[in-house]
Amino acid sequence: MARVVVNVALKPEILDPQGRAVQGALSRLGLSGVMDVRQGKQFIIDIDGELEGDRADLLEKLAGELLSNPVIEDFTLTVEN
Amino acid sequence: MSARIGVVTFPGSLDDVDAARAIRIAGGTAVALWHGDTDLHGVDAVVLPGGFSYGDYLRCGAIAKFAPVMSLVIDKAQVGLPVLGICNGFQILCESRLLPGALTRNDHQHFICRDQRLRIESTDTPWTMDFALGQEIVIPLKNGEGGYVASEVVLDELFAENRVIATYQGENPNGSYRNVAGISNKAGNVVGLMPHPEHAVELLTGPTIDGVPFFTSVLKSLIGAP
Repeated sequence: MARVVVNVALKPEILDPQGRAVQGALSRLGLSGVMDVRQGKQFIIDIDGELEGDRADLLEKLAGELLSNPVIEDFTLTVEN
Repeated sequence: MSARIGVVTFPGSLDDVDAARAIRIAGGTAVALWHGDTDLHGVDAVVLPGGFSYGDYLRCGAIAKFAPVMSLVIDKAQVGLPVLGICNGFQILCESRLLPGALTRNDHQHFICRDQRLRIESTDTPWTMDFALGQEIVIPLKNGEGGYVASEVVLDELFAENRVIATYQGENPNGSYRNVAGISNKAGNVVGLMPHPEHAVELLTGPTIDGVPFFTSVLKSLIGAP
């Protein structure tokens, strides 16, 4: 089995109002020195068999077409075979 | 026979009934399209209505762009079919790459619902030709993720090419870059608009009837079209 983890976050130049609200909450709850919070998404995808070749290429492509919107988001993809 | 305007219903669409009603009030024939349709039933134009298609899961409009009916709409839009995306429909058009940029969470984090003043910035599209250039209108705005974002290069291009069709007047309601409320593609046939013209077609239920010209415009543009 392969486990694929895709992390998606807004690009640095895109305003993240949710991250900003979380930042405010952390500070209010007493955590000092919070400089920035960015909120993202994580997809944990379990796949039967080894992920390689065409399937790996397709998943990489879909991470950019379905799981993230490249206009506003970046993604990272890691595979544990 | 009056022009046939399709209104797509996705699971989670809310404003499809109002959009169909607006089309009828403008004098057109509204044709119900389902997200699973593999045939556009010969419609002359398409409205993608507001709502929360597929529950807004993943990102607003991200799953709707893969609906069977959307592959037909995307193909036809690229060869001139007039398409209007309202609110969630605008988000779907951006996700489908028929329009540049994206819609993000309102900068103030709150869902907003109010009557919104707009200025019509382009009458060169089949959806806005019945307005006067610079005309100010008031129609409802209701969104949680209505902040229009695009790169500076894209924004410059949109303004230079006369593709910003409407701007917010007064206080910016959602953090949209440069007060952009609606845009078109290069050809002008595809228009996305965050506020809701279909809710401003009758004085009984709307603040104005300023939404009507969006629908009379497309009917007018279709006269004489093959």
